[in-house]
Amino acid sequence: MATAVSTRARYLADFATREREGALERPSWLGPLRRAAISTFAEAGFPTTREEDWRYTNLAPLAQMPFTPVQTHEPPELSGTTVARLGIEGADWPRLVFVDGRYARRASTPTRQTLADGVRISSLADAMQADAGHGDGARLERHLARHAKPDGNVFAALNTAFVEDGALVEVRADTAASQPIELVFVARTPGVLAQPRILVIAERGSRVTIVERYVALVDDAYFTNVVTEVAIGPGASVDHYVVQEQSVRAFHVATLHAAIERDGSFSTCGVTLGGRLARTTLTAEFRGEGGAAALRGLYVIEGTQHVDHHVTVDHAVPRCTSRQLYKGVLDGSARAVFNGRIVVRPDAQKTDANQTNKHLLLSDGVEVDTKPQLEIFADDVKCTHGAAEGQLAPEPLFYLRSRGLAEPAARALLTYGFAREVVERIAPVPLQAYVDRQLRALTERLLQRSDRTAVEAAPSTKENR
Amino acid sequence: MLEIRSLSAGVAGKAILRNIDLDVRAGEVHAVMGPNGSGKSTLAQVLAGHPAYTVTGGEVRYRGEDLLAMSPERRARAGVFLAFQYPVEIPGVSNATFLKAAVNEVRAERGLEELDAMEFLEVLEQKLKLVEMDRSFLSRPVNEGFSGGEKKRNEILQMAVLEPTLAILDETDSGLDIDALRVVAHGVNRLRRPDKAMILITHYQRILQYLEPDHVHVLFDGRIVRSGSKDLALELERRGYDWIREDLAVAARPA
Repeated sequence: MATAVSTRARYLADFATREREGALERPSWLGPLRRAAISTFAEAGFPTTREEDWRYTNLAPLAQMPFTPVQTHEPPELSGTTVARLGIEGADWPRLVFVDGRYARRASTPTRQTLADGVRISSLADAMQADAGHGDGARLERHLARHAKPDGNVFAALNTAFVEDGALVEVRADTAASQPIELVFVARTPGVLAQPRILVIAERGSRVTIVERYVALVDDAYFTNVVTEVAIGPGASVDHYVVQEQSVRAFHVATLHAAIERDGSFSTCGVTLGGRLARTTLTAEFRGEGGAAALRGLYVIEGTQHVDHHVTVDHAVPRCTSRQLYKGVLDGSARAVFNGRIVVRPDAQKTDANQTNKHLLLSDGVEVDTKPQLEIFADDVKCTHGAAEGQLAPEPLFYLRSRGLAEPAARALLTYGFAREVVERIAPVPLQAYVDRQLRALTERLLQRSDRTAVEAAPSTKENR
Repeated sequence: MLEIRSLSAGVAGKAILRNIDLDVRAGEVHAVMGPNGSGKSTLAQVLAGHPAYTVTGGEVRYRGEDLLAMSPERRARAGVFLAFQYPVEIPGVSNATFLKAAVNEVRAERGLEELDAMEFLEVLEQKLKLVEMDRSFLSRPVNEGFSGGEKKRNEILQMAVLEPTLAILDETDSGLDIDALRVVAHGVNRLRRPDKAMILITHYQRILQYLEPDHVHVLFDGRIVRSGSKDLALELERRGYDWIREDLAVAARPA
């Protein structure tokens, strides 16, 4: 416990240093927000399992490790081969690359090219600097840290207190971004705390697709604490994807908040393959009638990986539709936590909310804690939820084996099939193909022990029995 | 090709098959007929190696090998194929992915190289025609949302692709309307070869009008109680299974 306290003290000391350097007021309006955020963190500290929202996720290992921001002001560089490897096959869309949380300009595609008029992407650091100079930053001020509020979320608070870099995506009214915009966060330095911040502003009637990817160049421990805020204007539509392939020793905490105005539409799909501990706190907030949200997730984890999703859909207004589909595949001693909260406030009549959470358990050592949490205060609503967990069924297994597939290959294919339901809804073709390939490889590796090698090694033993 | 000797088997402690003897030679088509609950499907499942069934006695040799000692996948790779009475749905796995995985397993066993995506599609094109299916079947998840007839045709498609030596068709005719039956039977007929054999398991005689069997066996209460030519099937059709039942009762009566 003493270590945890001292870790907290270190973050506070870091903050004090920045305060002395005058870094808090860049830009000026952010100063009070940072101060409020750090006091939230100072009071609460890292959550313990005594708190309901963290009951099944023990943060002690995270709280005890002295992660620090990267200790250089040099702009990050990546080698050409590394940059080439970061790309997804067939994905020739705009890409911003971040290394240890900081924008890597030369590794990114030029932000002015290939974009439609009315679509603007930039690093958050650049945007904030521009804001400090002249007046274009009113939108930044209106949105940054106004959606993912630091109160009640210590990690959003920590991120807000230190917000420095990340990505800003703005799409002007009635503009459709013709291609997805990809944000790649590369972890390169062990022990580093990276706190990227993503702000997406989709104005009235606009459309955009955002892809967040987390890639590890090291397999050590580090800590990513990301906050993504998505402001969806009236009739606007944002499709959001996350593919998280962090190191299996890494901590990954993500806060995602989508604020959906009248007739706006938001979808997100989070694919979690990496991380020692990965927590996603996701909120979809309806601010105007007729909104739609589709929240999906897939996690395929093994060893001692721990994945925690806390999803809240806030039906604050009438006639909104929400869909949740979360599927998990667990092997080894992996552990999954899913908490799906649907709030239907008293005025929110004609709400249509649905939640599905399914787990496939590949070993006896795994643990799943899943909880639907329906808080319904309106009477004319349709709310359904369902959860299921189980092992691979014997009949499909036999069916595949009866066609010549070895048991491990059959199990791998069925596991892949279980996960496909989420993957096949990934709209950008190169991204779906990429996730599909990763999933195929992962399921085959999980269920390796193919008898093919055994048969080849000893071809006659079975036949001569 | 297949020698079944005194085979007894059951499921969950319940005896179903009792002392089955059956010889199937290359080029032959055998029909196994019988009323519901006589053990027809159990025989099919035991031959394919379903782990839920326990063999309690006897032996089965397939091309000289001990079939019962082989895993289901080994049997499949060695050329044994079961067309399921109730084909299983595999959500999320396309028919093409499934078929490609299966055909490459079987080819590897025969010392043939894996088919690449193009070669595989070429092979499939011909086989699809055989069962009058179009290419859209390939991208659909295995059997999911298929009609009864589509499922059965999909079984025959798999059979056509895998080219088994011994095919066991478990009530492939059940639940089919006359047009679907004609398509399925036509497809099966085209797969008959002098070096291959088939066992047709069926309740009704009607599929046998299309697929003339060399031998007909009647399974009753887990035993083969009659064997004969295709005329036996016609007699069953005319007189029903009650005739067998009465016959057996007479035979069992002490003299």
